[in-house]
Amino acid sequence: MSRIHVTTTINNDETDYLCETDETLLDVLRDHLDLTGSKEGCGSGDCGACTVVVDGRLVCSCLMLAAEAEGRTIETIEGMAGGDALHPLQQKFLEHAALQCGICTPGILVAAKNLLERNPNPSEEEVRYWLAGNLCRCTGYDKIIRAVMDTAANTRGAA
Amino acid sequence: MRFETPTSVDQAVALLAADPEARVLAGGTDLLVRLRAGQVAPSVIIDIKRISEMTVISQEDGGWRIGAAVPSAEMNEHAALKADWPGVVEAADLIGSTQIQGRATLAGNLCNASPAADSVPAMVVAGALARIAGPNGTRDVAVQDIPSGVGKTSLGKGELVTSIYLPPKPAHSGDAYLRFIPRSEMDIAVVGCGVAVALDDQGKISAARVALGAVAPTVILSQSCADTLIGTTGDDAALDALAAAATAEAKPIDDKRGTIAFRKDVAGVLAKRAAKIAIARAKGEA
Repeated sequence: MSRIHVTTTINNDETDYLCETDETLLDVLRDHLDLTGSKEGCGSGDCGACTVVVDGRLVCSCLMLAAEAEGRTIETIEGMAGGDALHPLQQKFLEHAALQCGICTPGILVAAKNLLERNPNPSEEEVRYWLAGNLCRCTGYDKIIRAVMDTAANTRGAA
Repeated sequence: MRFETPTSVDQAVALLAADPEARVLAGGTDLLVRLRAGQVAPSVIIDIKRISEMTVISQEDGGWRIGAAVPSAEMNEHAALKADWPGVVEAADLIGSTQIQGRATLAGNLCNASPAADSVPAMVVAGALARIAGPNGTRDVAVQDIPSGVGKTSLGKGELVTSIYLPPKPAHSGDAYLRFIPRSEMDIAVVGCGVAVALDDQGKISAARVALGAVAPTVILSQSCADTLIGTTGDDAALDALAAAATAEAKPIDDKRGTIAFRKDVAGVLAKRAAKIAIARAKGEA
């Protein structure tokens, strides 16, 4: 059984890999490309720990076959900081202590970034609904929501 | 397991017809879960997202054709589609998380044939048609005739749904879909109800469709529910009669998510509430 050759763009880098049909994008990111920031929580699309952006849309990388990524543009948590400079969301998550164990954090950051790109001025309710597919068992969500709201307010102030 | 990416409907049909163990991949939000759980072991996966006509929402004869590979997020961002059929778009928008909606499709929700599929009662009351392509050509089938049982469809060998057609929105009409779940997001309908109504010049309901989900193996399109509304103004007496009819029509099972008595009762409550929204929309009030 021959493996499938996929060419795709990940965090602005053209990347190619070989994968089996039954491998998910998450499998390839973590096990072939050493991009282990995306986490496997549930493996069934319920927890959002594996969230990445594909052609501008949030998806659970555990529910996408690696072979489907041919020609697509993918953004992962590894592309979020600019070198040593944290993304404003990452900085605010630290300031607000919006994480404890940290497993859910990459997925939440990727999802929150995508929200703020679409809607720089979300209501708290909009943030909560947008992030409903990102489960966190530590924080109780409140600090996460505050960090996102604060980032949005700051970014708007700076603009 | 092979992976195929046909670029035309004909190629997809040929691949599907050639192999009884083939599975169609649209958004993958159901198929991947089953694949990973070992519940299905297809010989070939046919990804339909490279078939350009299946990836677009287009206007057609005053209605809307939604390709089988269009994710629900795209429907939600389509202002004109949402203005015509808000109930259908809202129903699709209830399915899963933002991440799921980036991939999940109407056609997939239909063909997965879950009794609790949120978009299905909404499509049924809108009078939606599924366009099916197969070895013998193309046919259009009412959405309610696609699910034939839990996880089963009426599609024949080599057939797939290529798009969903929502007909032109009638004058002075409105639709709505509501479901009950024990939490506010990310759950499967315990009961779902879609209602669509059209009003005459006097403001009386001239046409109505009511569909119930998750209370039978397949969606129920109820004439007895519709009859309680037709000819009325949607007054309290009519809505009470609708609720009683919906409770009577529901044929649910008892399971961990709800008892028979609870589901029957909730079917009535949701029918009433959805009808109020649909009527308000028909009057241009919501």
